[in-house]
Amino acid sequence: MPTDSVGIVHPEIMVFDDTISLESGSELEGFQVAYETYGTLNAEKNNAILVCHALNASHHVAGVYADDKKNIGWWDNLIGPGKPLDTKKFFVIGVNNLGGCHGSTGPSSINPRTGRRFGGDFPIVLVEDWVRVQALVADRLGIKRFFAVIGGSLGAMQALQWSITYPNRILNSIVIAAAPKLSAQNIAFNEVARQAITTDPNYNRGHYYDKNVIPKQGLRIARMIGHITYLSDDAMAEKFGRELRKDSLAFNFDVNFQIESYLRYQGDKFAENFDANTYLRITKALDYFDPAADYDGQLRLALARVGGKFLVISFTSDWRFSPSRSHEIVKALIDNGKNVTYAEIDAPHGHDAFLMADSRYHNIIRRYLENA
Amino acid sequence: MKLKTRSDYQTIGGWIQSGSKVLDFGCGDGGLLRYLADERDVEGYGMEIEDEKVLQCISNGVNVIQGNLEKDSSFFDTGAFDYVILSLTLQAVRHTESVVLEMLRIGRECIVTFPNFGFWFHRYQVILGNMPVSNQLPFQWYNTPNVHLFTVNDFENFCAENSLHIMDRLVLDSKGNKVNFLPNFLGSLAFYRFKKK
Repeated sequence: MPTDSVGIVHPEIMVFDDTISLESGSELEGFQVAYETYGTLNAEKNNAILVCHALNASHHVAGVYADDKKNIGWWDNLIGPGKPLDTKKFFVIGVNNLGGCHGSTGPSSINPRTGRRFGGDFPIVLVEDWVRVQALVADRLGIKRFFAVIGGSLGAMQALQWSITYPNRILNSIVIAAAPKLSAQNIAFNEVARQAITTDPNYNRGHYYDKNVIPKQGLRIARMIGHITYLSDDAMAEKFGRELRKDSLAFNFDVNFQIESYLRYQGDKFAENFDANTYLRITKALDYFDPAADYDGQLRLALARVGGKFLVISFTSDWRFSPSRSHEIVKALIDNGKNVTYAEIDAPHGHDAFLMADSRYHNIIRRYLENA
Repeated sequence: MKLKTRSDYQTIGGWIQSGSKVLDFGCGDGGLLRYLADERDVEGYGMEIEDEKVLQCISNGVNVIQGNLEKDSSFFDTGAFDYVILSLTLQAVRHTESVVLEMLRIGRECIVTFPNFGFWFHRYQVILGNMPVSNQLPFQWYNTPNVHLFTVNDFENFCAENSLHIMDRLVLDSKGNKVNFLPNFLGSLAFYRFKKK
């Protein structure tokens, strides 16, 4: 185990018996939340950092499991003793969002009203709902105010929402590879992913658990589409180019090019570990995120009463949420006289750069937290 | 090439009202903004392009926006700041005129500092047949970031042509002493505060 790893970690479950009303108008009669923590909450309870996950991740943010040492947390390169989110100093929390498929109540959970799994009946859950649930988790842990809330992509939207919903409960929002709302092109990619799942013969309007099938073909295509948008053209060219699997063209529809092989592998791997119903709902949460919607589309007004300071980071090669989308957020914060620092990292990896251990990127976060 | 000494900061600080809103274009390590926040209680932002300097700004605890001041000034609304500062950078921008106009769009008043190309030592070196190298122009011709060198006279002509009202001027010699006599000849560093007429 590397010395800067948080080591063996244990997921925990928090159960909430009260009914929660969701933004969509639906209700859940009680729910549970899976989470992990690293480091130690200090006596003042003011050193907590919440890490929000994006589309296909979970509460397993750092470290490994005792019975599965290969299952490394998805942001392990950022979190640990001596790492930018230094667990010698900070108490770091990862929460599996409501509607997830890694332990929190979601479509595969039992619906108390029917005694059967929710399946397609599980409601749409929005970023605002996730943030509220994260705040309930913080309440139970005795955390009145987060030192920071951090996330990339959809996780960054949660970090931004925190500053809007709970301006007095957050000192710093770290908003990475974000957009203040999805573009038509972003929604279009999500819709193709959803169509892939919902037209899979096994989908059955989301009620596929009882039939012991999963819409695997649809989910793997959804993942392949998503994956293309996470990488830059240059990164793909660098990694695969037009390299062939075998020496010559096969003149058939089997895998010819390495990129085809890679996408199929990524799709297969994902479809075995992720639930299609969760994927559908998370893409909807992305589509619906738009804090400016209640303010005539003016982000400046939506961010007028946000709390805490901001670190906004974008990556030059990210075309899914390009730097100009982060500029919108930064400009709205400057217009309101909020404290904001913005770094634009010249990284080649596309949207996925937020998961990479680029030293310029990690140094920005490290330095910011050291001086925050 | 940045203003480093406390007296340079004090000169600029002396022109800035306490509690005002300040934008420092090309803010370097954020030292000036830190000084102005501590001494003049300003609410400030800086714009800086270099990664290492952005990190230094974060260490200095100032708001820094990473960007190119010639391309990314749309971060800042018209009239959003009391002062826009450009220190030792005007001679290194490509489109001098449009940068000054952007500063005037964003800020109520502007403060610039620049090395005076007309300083006698610079002239002396040109007469000897070489491009000048000095404390204020510490580069060789082949590695200088400066693309538009100009003099105190040139700048004042520029202000007159663009109907700019010069509110304050301070010219220092190479030892940092104030120059009142023949500033275009004896001064090596110039500070100006100006606004639209």
